[in-house]
Amino acid sequence: MQFDDIGMTFPDGTTALESVSFDVAPGEFVTLVGPSGCGKSTLLRIASGLENPTRGKCSIDRDSIGFVFQDSTLLPWRTVQRNVELFAELHGEDRAECERRATEVIDLVGLGEFTDKYPRQLSGGMKMRASLARSLVMKPRVFLFDEPFGALDEMTRERLNDELLAIFSRERFAGVFVTHSIAEAVYMSTKVLVMSARPGRIVESIDVHFAYPRSHELRYEPSFAALCGEVSAALRVVS
Amino acid sequence: MSRRESTVERRKPSDFLGPIVVFGLVIGAWYALSLAILPEAKRFLLPTPHRVVRDGFLVWSAGEQRGLKPILISLWDSVKIALIGLSLTVVLGMVLATVMATRRWVEKATWPYLVALQSAPILAMTPLIRALIDTVQVQRVLVVMLISFFPIVSNTLFGLLSVDRAQHDLFALQGASPLLRLRKLQFPAALPNIFVGLRISAGLSVIGAIVGDFYFRQGGVVGIGAQIDIYRQRLWGPELIASIVLASLFGLSVFTSFGLLRTAVIGKWHVITRE
Repeated sequence: MQFDDIGMTFPDGTTALESVSFDVAPGEFVTLVGPSGCGKSTLLRIASGLENPTRGKCSIDRDSIGFVFQDSTLLPWRTVQRNVELFAELHGEDRAECERRATEVIDLVGLGEFTDKYPRQLSGGMKMRASLARSLVMKPRVFLFDEPFGALDEMTRERLNDELLAIFSRERFAGVFVTHSIAEAVYMSTKVLVMSARPGRIVESIDVHFAYPRSHELRYEPSFAALCGEVSAALRVVS
Repeated sequence: MSRRESTVERRKPSDFLGPIVVFGLVIGAWYALSLAILPEAKRFLLPTPHRVVRDGFLVWSAGEQRGLKPILISLWDSVKIALIGLSLTVVLGMVLATVMATRRWVEKATWPYLVALQSAPILAMTPLIRALIDTVQVQRVLVVMLISFFPIVSNTLFGLLSVDRAQHDLFALQGASPLLRLRKLQFPAALPNIFVGLRISAGLSVIGAIVGDFYFRQGGVVGIGAQIDIYRQRLWGPELIASIVLASLFGLSVFTSFGLLRTAVIGKWHVITRE
């Protein structure tokens, strides 16, 4: 996945992004952090093809994208099972195949007991798990996350971080993850990109060298804290 | 987070008591009006409840349109008209709403006229309807459709257009065609609104049938609206009130059936909350 000199100016004249360039290879997990309104979400929308940049080019295999939104966006009239089957169904797979694929990923995110529940019967964390499972069904090579765990409590968020990392270690997709949490950014990724306030540019790229699988004890290591400090310092400069 | 799992509300005594108390009050007021307020010479205008039951409901047939039998025959005639009109309204209304939801210019072009149609008096249109259509049955069905058309269109349209932006994005990302999006996203999302529209239109179809009966009738079996008109002219109080009660019961049962249908189809995931 390649972002080459991406710029985005909206029809009303506001420039959301200005000359953003970076690459993400398979097996890389890149996190974007930056002040609110710096165009992080816009960047993901451009990557997914939902919006076209006014400048530059984004090269990406669009047939194999997973996108997890801030909100779980589950369809309220479908059970967990049927929600997870949705994408395979939209791509014209037959019933048996939809079912087989869904069952596999539902077990992966630990929702095995909740397949027959409707979204309104699930907690916030469970909804995000179902949303994640729904994207996993298509085995995406590129995975975009737009603050997926932002609305969850810290305990649930940390648990979901670990589960997502386990899935990442298995599938080795190319990941781009937007977050407001510095600790989450450092914990998850191979590289943290710090963006400036509007118009968004990448002002600093910080590599994270901890090996996968990462365990939650890592969060309390001095080297982890030092990296978080580095990201925090970069953010202070831009906002 | 605590969460109540049951979707079926437990019945409380007040659920039954409320309607019974109101029923008692209405009957009491009726007796008061009939016996105490109306002068005796005018009592035939509002016969007492027991007279209505005795002469309107308990007499099966007493020649010359008297008794329960002619009332039920008329009612059945109107029921058929209402149901045919309602079915056509639902099909046409939902098709129109779907086209309006997918083609903005159709929405722009038709919306003002739909609103105008909703408020147009049927009375004013009767000569035109008579001039254009020969068959009385068709004239009556048309009146039902004119009266019940708007709610199903507006509610379906509103439902189809109320889908969350993020959910549209979700389908766009999967490259779903507009038709697939309509079927798997917009239509199911619109169901709660469609049922609201159905319920209102169903109630209006009963009114439409009765109004249509008034204006369009011919010899032989007439609809309940025309029958009510005959009883009104002849000042047959018990038959008049019995007909009105039965027509109301029909309206009530249509309304209730659509409520039950709603619960059966979407009750599992769409819950009406009440604090």
